[in-house]
Amino acid sequence: MQLSELTLGTRATVVDVSNLTEPDPIAMRLRDLGFVAGEPVSLVAHGPFGADPMLVQIGFTRFALRRSEAARVEVAHV
Amino acid sequence: MSEIALPLPLSIALVGNPNCGKTALFNRLTGSRQKVANYAGVTVERKEGQMELPSGRKVRVLDLPGAYSLNATSPDEAVTRDVCLGQHPDETLPDLLLCVADATNLRLHLRFVLELKRLGRPMVLALNMADAARKRGIIIDAKILEQELGFPVVETIAVRHEGAAALIAALDGHLPEIPPASAADADLHAEARLLIAHAVHMPDPTSPLDATIDRWVLHPVAGLAILAAIMLFVFQAVYAWAGPFQDGIESGIGWVGAQVAANLPAGMLSSLLVDGIIAGTGGVLVFLPQILILFFFILVLEESGYLPRAAFLLDRFMVGAGLSGRAFIPMLSSFACAIPGIMATRSIPDPRDRLLTILVAPLMTCSARLPVYALLIGAFIPSQTVAGVFNLQGLVLFALYMAGIVGALLVALIGRRFGGKLAEHALLLEIPAWRLPNPRDLFIGLRERAMIFLRRAGTLILALSVLLWVLSTFPTPPADWTRPAIEYSFAGHIGRALAVIFEPIGFNWQICVALIPGLAAREVAVSGLASVYAIAAEGEGATEMALGSALAAQWSLATALSLLAWYVFAPQCLATLAVIRRETGSLKITLWATAMLTGMAYAASLLVYRLTLLLT
Repeated sequence: MQLSELTLGTRATVVDVSNLTEPDPIAMRLRDLGFVAGEPVSLVAHGPFGADPMLVQIGFTRFALRRSEAARVEVAHV
Repeated sequence: MSEIALPLPLSIALVGNPNCGKTALFNRLTGSRQKVANYAGVTVERKEGQMELPSGRKVRVLDLPGAYSLNATSPDEAVTRDVCLGQHPDETLPDLLLCVADATNLRLHLRFVLELKRLGRPMVLALNMADAARKRGIIIDAKILEQELGFPVVETIAVRHEGAAALIAALDGHLPEIPPASAADADLHAEARLLIAHAVHMPDPTSPLDATIDRWVLHPVAGLAILAAIMLFVFQAVYAWAGPFQDGIESGIGWVGAQVAANLPAGMLSSLLVDGIIAGTGGVLVFLPQILILFFFILVLEESGYLPRAAFLLDRFMVGAGLSGRAFIPMLSSFACAIPGIMATRSIPDPRDRLLTILVAPLMTCSARLPVYALLIGAFIPSQTVAGVFNLQGLVLFALYMAGIVGALLVALIGRRFGGKLAEHALLLEIPAWRLPNPRDLFIGLRERAMIFLRRAGTLILALSVLLWVLSTFPTPPADWTRPAIEYSFAGHIGRALAVIFEPIGFNWQICVALIPGLAAREVAVSGLASVYAIAAEGEGATEMALGSALAAQWSLATALSLLAWYVFAPQCLATLAVIRRETGSLKITLWATAMLTGMAYAASLLVYRLTLLLT
């Protein structure tokens, strides 16, 4: 399942971040920010327009990601 | 001669993730001994300060831009990477890297610390906001961290007076040993996780208070309502609170002018000082209170953590217009004055998003346009009630504001078309913990902005005022000249020449002449018109009344509306153009922006003029 499909409040863990282009600076940055296999993630809130961007909690930190960015992250339910 | 050689000044660089409290720590260490400038060729702020250790050793402290990784994705991060690697052309490799990490956000920040450790440089780690961590029940064993990392680890509380004592003690001695290198291919995330498992006890991933506040502030409906209320309040404050200070500055400038005029023989020198320098720089200084109040609110919103939340709420909306959520504050600021607005675009990391925001900022209706709008609306738009509730004059003012916003959307859309789909622009915005702004950091930030603005007024605007005074004073008319003196001057001649170009949009030569001094600041065009039409009345209010009726008698409605349309779009402000030049570092972009805005103004005026002629 993709991170962009996660519903509010559910907990999941990151499986992988895939590159959409070669190289993919956004995917690389996501990995630097802690989106790596095994990290717990959850969806905290949605933006008001089109539920975009998403507010994602990863580890102790929260990031606003656009859906297109979140679609790079593969997650699995806990 | 003394035999004791003082050790050379130590150079240290503060480096850490965004939101780690690095700048607060920098303020704590260096106090008021700071220098703020730009790195050559890029618009990244360079902050350097001085401190003295208890042993008397001097320290040069460089505050590097916040970065998540040495894999730079913005000009800011590239500066940090280059300085840390010793590859920056203008900076020497620092003797010591002072890594700053937020003690409440160690999982993320330790990864960057570990990445920096690989560089094999002497390091110290400051665990900042140790008080906030303790309050949340986070227990960090600094001793274990120190053992496993191989360099000193100290706790700091940047906002507290003695909060950096342990850090200063650690710096005041021998440079720490270069930490043992870890394998180049080691997984930094795995290392960070291991460190956390050994040395950190964290009961809760986020503070419960933050979660409660965010439930409201980020709520799709309540969140937008709160945002609108904050915007309204800031606006109200900028206009209402600044009023008395502006009046004070205005009468102060008037007093200085009168003193100079009274004590100098009437003549060129007196005229240069009073009409040129004092009136010219004064016309811009009047905006200082508004700019300071605006920046105060921006700093409070920034320090508290609200700004990224506003960007989160508005991102989708702004993306629809071709901008980014982070463009919100620069655009909001530009309603007071485009200069602080353009300066505020520094918070946009993506160069193209930033450029586009800079280009649309001058289209937001700044407060310098208001005197011109007020004069023309008062003279030409009848004060009558429309549809039972609206005042026609108010509606016209509202339409002028909206025209600027629509123009900005147009520019953003065109800009995106021209920029093409080069690459996807990431949002990837950290939403930090809520924080109470620290008065000391607010004060230092505000002083810094005020200095930038005053330096502008003191140099560029001063020079422009003198130039415009020369243009509107020389050559002096002969003794038997009965018409306004400005008509005989260079400005008069330029105005007449320009009238050929502006005739199709309904401007007479008097307007063209008044537009020239109006380049110093938009509202100066009002006094320009007054001198062209030789209106001299006692007191400012009386002048405007007399000018208004003179204009109403001599201009057609079409000309007045055309001039209003001109003022919505035209880059009638050399200070704004100078700031665009400074912030983009490109003369080409500045000229291009000037041409684009002038073109828009001309097209809008032409349309308004011709339509009004057809309809009346």
